[in-house]
Amino acid sequence: MSLSYVRTEMLPPAEPPISERGAIRWMRANLFSGPFNSILTLLAAYVLYQLVSLAWPWLANGVWSDANSMSDCRAIVTASAGPDASGACWAMIRERWHQFIFGFYPPDLWWRPILTFGLLFVALAPVLYADNKRAMSRLCGVVGILTVLSLIGADGFSYHTVLAILLFAGLTAIAAIQPRRLLIVTLLFPFFALWMLWGGSIWGPITALLGFVVLVVVYGLVAPKLGAVMGASTGFLAACLWWLFLQTYISTAWQALLPFGLTYVPSDKFGGFLLAFVIGVASISISLPLGILLALGRRSDMLLVKTLSVGFIEFVRGVPLITMLFVASLLLQYFLPPQTKFDLILRVVILVTLFSAAYNAEVVRGGLAALPRGQYEAADALGLDYWQAQRLIIMPQALKISIPGIVSTFIGLFKDTTLVSFVGLADPLRGITTIVRADINWKGIYWEPYIFVGGIFFIVCFGMSRYSMYLENKLKTDHR
Amino acid sequence: MTLATEPPKAHFRLGMLINDTRYRSYTIQIIVLILFLLGVAWLANNTIENLAAKDKDINFGFLWNRTGYDIGQHLIPYSNDSTHFRAALVGLLNTLVVALVGCILSTILGVIIGVLRLSNNWLVARLMTVYIEIFRNVPLLLWIIVVFVVFSETRPSPIDFRVTEAMTTAGEKPAASMMFFDSVAITNRGTNIPAPLLSRPLPTIEVGPISLNLTLIAILAVIAGSVYANRVLLRRAAATQEATGFRPTTWWKSTLILAVPFILLMFALGLHWEYPVLTGKIAKLVNFKGGITIAHSFTALTVALTLYYASVIAETVRAGIQAISRGQPEAAYALGLRPSRTMNLVILPQALRVIIPPLISQYLSLTKDTSLGIAVSYLDLRGTLGGITLNQTGRELECMTLMMLIYLIISLIISAVMNAYNASVKLKER
Repeated sequence: MSLSYVRTEMLPPAEPPISERGAIRWMRANLFSGPFNSILTLLAAYVLYQLVSLAWPWLANGVWSDANSMSDCRAIVTASAGPDASGACWAMIRERWHQFIFGFYPPDLWWRPILTFGLLFVALAPVLYADNKRAMSRLCGVVGILTVLSLIGADGFSYHTVLAILLFAGLTAIAAIQPRRLLIVTLLFPFFALWMLWGGSIWGPITALLGFVVLVVVYGLVAPKLGAVMGASTGFLAACLWWLFLQTYISTAWQALLPFGLTYVPSDKFGGFLLAFVIGVASISISLPLGILLALGRRSDMLLVKTLSVGFIEFVRGVPLITMLFVASLLLQYFLPPQTKFDLILRVVILVTLFSAAYNAEVVRGGLAALPRGQYEAADALGLDYWQAQRLIIMPQALKISIPGIVSTFIGLFKDTTLVSFVGLADPLRGITTIVRADINWKGIYWEPYIFVGGIFFIVCFGMSRYSMYLENKLKTDHR
Repeated sequence: MTLATEPPKAHFRLGMLINDTRYRSYTIQIIVLILFLLGVAWLANNTIENLAAKDKDINFGFLWNRTGYDIGQHLIPYSNDSTHFRAALVGLLNTLVVALVGCILSTILGVIIGVLRLSNNWLVARLMTVYIEIFRNVPLLLWIIVVFVVFSETRPSPIDFRVTEAMTTAGEKPAASMMFFDSVAITNRGTNIPAPLLSRPLPTIEVGPISLNLTLIAILAVIAGSVYANRVLLRRAAATQEATGFRPTTWWKSTLILAVPFILLMFALGLHWEYPVLTGKIAKLVNFKGGITIAHSFTALTVALTLYYASVIAETVRAGIQAISRGQPEAAYALGLRPSRTMNLVILPQALRVIIPPLISQYLSLTKDTSLGIAVSYLDLRGTLGGITLNQTGRELECMTLMMLIYLIISLIISAVMNAYNASVKLKER
């Protein structure tokens, strides 16, 4: 039996009303959800329109080449866009990029900083991507290709290029097969970078490296008998003796025996982003361990150690970095034995390192304080001694908590490398830009150099903060 | 047969100094103390030797010598005949004024941006994210220099403001004009704003060595009085609300209490404004006279600090708001509170507890970063004591020590005050 007035099939679903679908719905939900929001949207759109209408013609009329001075640029803009148009003069960057990047480093030696910069990433790879073979080998490969291309761009195809190709091919292979081996590259990199950038005899860095070998050997001999602390301190003492008294003679002797070295480049040739990276990377890599030690000192039961750590941290955090830099340039000559010659870059690196170590110490202390007491007690109950407990139980957790803080200290440090211009170093922002702007050809240029320098800083700092977010996500073990 | 043995007698052996936990910490501390004292002695010895070699001594007497240099912006009377001590004081006040203005403005801007970044308005939230990321990831020094360059190189020179008779007859307008009804002029030399003047000021009386400015005291007294009266009014309103459930309307009473006494006082003192006026006949000498001239170094430093720290504070505010559990705003909506009331009454008071500790350290950084005024030749503490005075007298050790000490004291005071405030708003837990 069938009822003719009852439908036998379902009606197709009706389309939602026009205001509830597609772009209109999205706009109603996200842009015009109320009178206040609508006003905000219109205001934001107006501001955006103003900014774009100011900046777009300037960018669109930009002159990229064929200009050797500001007046050339103006002439080209006038010819192409009319007399009242404004245009960016990127030709300045094209002419002066090498000063922004390398400072006054001799052009025929540019391959050295380029190679060092490439190797920096290889050295960082084991730290950045613990055991991730794929990520590491991909990073090494990409960095290798980029480095080789930059080398070819810098001074054509020469033996440096062949060297770099072989080096990076080998390193990529190591990364793909045995990524742990890359840690050796990480450990050797500081000495290699020192030698590559400043040049001079190869025996200097090698004998400096031998100091660490002395430390390890003495530690190995002493530690089983007298404990870790005594072992470490005697090892350190022996290494200091080596560096202070023996190293110079031995390296000179070897240099006489087997002369091998690169052209020496004095520190006043360093400038631009090369300088910023040298100071930034050196200070970042030394300040983290130092900061951890300071944080442990501040939480120590020993009154004296605690007082000294607190005093140091609070003093450094209480004064501006500029005054620390002035200490490096004006006061250090009073505190060191007379006739001590001390490289300005080295002095600045030391003071910047101490500065950021204090900030790192506070960040790590926050991480330590956030650990529940049970962790310390469990480590004690397992019979671990202080350093074992720190290394195996406390630090892995505390550092994980403090990653965002540590990375933001690093970002702050990298941005603060610009302050070295006040003690006479040619940083990219103030040092080099002032030189360029003082050139009669480029008089009156201001947006372009600042946008260029600011852009590079932005890329580096933004990259670091994104990496810290990636790391936080990767290490997140709790379920929320 | 007894197996009970005497506990081994603790014979003190030298090895116990390292191996026994009872003594080890003392051993380490004594070694650290010796090393520390040796280090200090080494540094002190070097310093004495170096000073002797350069024929110098440590002497703070130079602070009472004549400076011989001018400081453009001085909040207390100063001339080039004043002492170096006075110059340092002027510099300190200049540092503090930038820090104070910067803290206030960047907090206001930062809270607005931080809240707007979490807004459900897609466009506004994106714009604020872009703002925060751009300002946070580029060195502060760049912003200071860029703002300074923009002010001093793109603004017209005073002569462009001039209206000559030829221009009036031809009906032309000058190349540049003043803003806000001809009261503010931003030239490439500085910002000229009207100055408040009093035609009937109260006298300044001398009480012993201190001179009391009665006008200032009267103004402060009136403001303090009206603020106190307003607080009494609000407390009474709150009491009424507690008792009856209805809150009496207070906004117009508050406005009256706060505004009327001040306006009356200003009338009594004869407040009027001195406007900046263009003077000078020769093209080179044309400049604005009268009113207050704010140097671009101050403007650039303040604006750049505000913009940069607003982005940092905005991130703190966002983190604080996001730290509030979702249940709180949902409960507020369930009670029928509007979004704005939810923000003001439920979210912000709780978020404040998360926000304040990092905010303290940002105020500290801002105060320390005022020393970047060196990039635009702003004469703050570093510019006077650590700059010109240091170069003139050649006393690096004394000037640097004094300067670092003053910065340290400022930092300690700020953190002490803010920590006390933090303790007062902290959740009282039992």
